[in-house]
Amino acid sequence: MNSTLIIVAVLALATAYGLVDRRRAGTIKAKADSRHSIAAHEIGSDLGESATVLQFSSAFCTPCRSTRSTLTSVIAHYPKIKHVEVDAENNLALVRRLDIRQTPTTLFLNSAGKEIARAVGAPKRDQVINALERI
Amino acid sequence: MIDSRGPRWSAGLTSIVLIVALITRSPVIIIIQLVQFGIGAFAGPPKSPYAWLYKRFVQPRLSKDFDSEDLRPPQFAQFVGFIFALLATVGVLSHTWPLFTIATSFALFAAFLNSAFGYCLGCKLYLLGVRFRRV
Repeated sequence: MNSTLIIVAVLALATAYGLVDRRRAGTIKAKADSRHSIAAHEIGSDLGESATVLQFSSAFCTPCRSTRSTLTSVIAHYPKIKHVEVDAENNLALVRRLDIRQTPTTLFLNSAGKEIARAVGAPKRDQVINALERI
Repeated sequence: MIDSRGPRWSAGLTSIVLIVALITRSPVIIIIQLVQFGIGAFAGPPKSPYAWLYKRFVQPRLSKDFDSEDLRPPQFAQFVGFIFALLATVGVLSHTWPLFTIATSFALFAAFLNSAFGYCLGCKLYLLGVRFRRV
């Protein structure tokens, strides 16, 4: 096959994928039907009084850092909500049980530790505020 | 911690080199890229030839105010690139053109995404890899 055609096809596919991925990344999706419930001992930390924001991170992940600073700064305004960050690689049993496929993945847990929403990729600040207001 | 613009600039140069490789099918070009990926993956991105070019010719012209990033995400991406470049090199040396074209196209896809969108390959692939490896 003509190499120019291949190059154009690869660049077009990469651009399309990059645009879709950028739009989708970090969107917080409500998980009304989620059966996942997390106990304090599984994350090595107490749950927050009214809610917990559980962030899964890994060493090879640049957006994990910006996610941490977004969540920390938003949650500072909610004294009863706790931000917990865990290393995905060191918690593989939990990662498999919760079906975490990439980092950062952020779970929003209610006071009982039940998952009520999830964001795959770095969540946006206003969406985090919205999600916390709904808890 | 490194200048986060460095790996994206290197990925841009990588994309150009891979496009030239696809057009010319030159062993020399793909081996240059293989060496770049190899040094980046095993000695660290700052020791690679493209990083040297970036520091010598590009960084002095850019703003001194930049985002820093952990070394490990770009190093992981260089390792993924190394695997594809290795397959492409085997393809070009054995004249197995489908192998060469497919491996180089995958490397171009990833390098272009990284350069144009700041795509984090380690975020998507690393955890999946560990999950499957340590079942």
